[in-house]
Amino acid sequence: MLDLMAASLVVFGAVFFIAGTVGLLRFPDIYCRLHALTKADGLGLALVALGMALKAESFGEVFRIVLIWFFVALASATCGHLIAAYARQADREGKA
Amino acid sequence: MTPDLIYGLTGIAVFAIGLTGALCAQDRLRRVLALKLCSLGAGFLLVVAAWREPPAAPDPVPHALVITGIVVMISATAVALALIRRLQSLEAEDDD
Amino acid sequence: MTDPFLILDLLLAGAVIALAIATLTARDLFAAIVLFIVLGLLSALAWVRLSAPDVALAEAAIGTGVTGALLLKTLHHLRYVAGTLGEQAAHGVTPVTPVPMSVIWANAAFCGLITLGLAIAFLDAPLGGPGFDALVADAMPASGVDHGVTAVLLNFRSYDTLMEVVVLLAAVIAVWQIERGLSEAPAPDLSVIWQGFARLTLPAIVVVGTYLLWKGSEAPGGAFQGGAVLAAVGILLLLSRLYVPHPSHRALARWGFVLGTGVFAGVALLVTGGGRVTFEYPPEHAKTLILLIEGLVTVSIAVTLAALFHGREPVALRAKEAGHDA
Repeated sequence: MLDLMAASLVVFGAVFFIAGTVGLLRFPDIYCRLHALTKADGLGLALVALGMALKAESFGEVFRIVLIWFFVALASATCGHLIAAYARQADREGKA
Repeated sequence: MTPDLIYGLTGIAVFAIGLTGALCAQDRLRRVLALKLCSLGAGFLLVVAAWREPPAAPDPVPHALVITGIVVMISATAVALALIRRLQSLEAEDDD
Repeated sequence: MTDPFLILDLLLAGAVIALAIATLTARDLFAAIVLFIVLGLLSALAWVRLSAPDVALAEAAIGTGVTGALLLKTLHHLRYVAGTLGEQAAHGVTPVTPVPMSVIWANAAFCGLITLGLAIAFLDAPLGGPGFDALVADAMPASGVDHGVTAVLLNFRSYDTLMEVVVLLAAVIAVWQIERGLSEAPAPDLSVIWQGFARLTLPAIVVVGTYLLWKGSEAPGGAFQGGAVLAAVGILLLLSRLYVPHPSHRALARWGFVLGTGVFAGVALLVTGGGRVTFEYPPEHAKTLILLIEGLVTVSIAVTLAALFHGREPVALRAKEAGHDA
């Protein structure tokens, strides 16, 4: 039962990753792409991490998985912001 | 088809791509990247040589060699990049 | 096709080769560097699959992380210098001159021959054959640590490792000499969010780096991986300008560079005597000595890698100007 739940969570997370990748490839401009990438991957990562946490053998492992999730989410949010800010600045300079 | 065969051939391919790039690339930074590909390919071959069929533990000596190689490579890269920066600045001064 | 891992292996191998080609054919240099970083991370994944987690950690941290930062910094500098000349932000930085066809063919033939030779040698070689496994396993009890790679790096083949630290030291000396008086591209202005990110992550990175170092005696990890993670602290500090190198810190940095090498060589010489050769640690103190060396080497690696990223030696602005005019 637990195995099944963990597996379905991971698969569900993978679906979000695929959706994010499709968005990255298909969306027209950089902001839409970023939107697809950060949102879908954030959720996908959370689901995968949850699935893996269900399979963890000890509390320490769960803690580590949560930490990994937290820092990856933090890093991807910061990266998304930096890329968007840089793109906007480049846009403005291009127009000016 | 065992992992060692697959990744061994991958390593050779990456090395070949890097070698071709190092000889053909005209841009300095790209040439450094090509040489780094060569080192990556060599790393693949050494790691493959250390691999043993799963229950058996891998051979630690090639692993230690690859770690040494990675550190030496970053030292070489850092010096190469510093030279590239310097050369570019010198050329810029000449043009003025 | 019974083994599901086979599909993973084939996909990963295909992705690595495709990325290698893409790295060298990408038009934009920035894209090439990013592709190279992705390639490094995927190789690290492949090496985990080949049961080499130590190597994968080192590749991800040093070969990809710190190297990527160095490459991007160089690109920033090159574009800045090209920009001050009023040139278009060039795709390639070096001017491209046409190459005669005969040279291209000669190159292709040469690469093909070498690759062919490598492939033949690889396919003929006995894979999974006896290596040093048995020797290492026999000597493990005397090494003082419980992890094969650490034992090889810091006990059985510590001569190599000492030389490796010396190479790193030589690199930082060379970079300081090459960059002497080189004017620096102004660092990009990173926003408040980045600063907050740096402040939040810094303590965690310090913990992770120390953990990697400590864990190295019994599990994958060790001085190089830990040092690279700690170097990331330095790079974050430099990028977020929470720390600005000051000329008076030069002496401290120099001590940081030589600390690892000095202690390593010192211990190697001090254990000599009483019938032992250089680097032959007395078994009862082996673990203490290895941890001491590893700890100080980690500090040196972290300081050196961060200095390599910073590049130019921190000099007083006026002194630099004077040197420039002379």
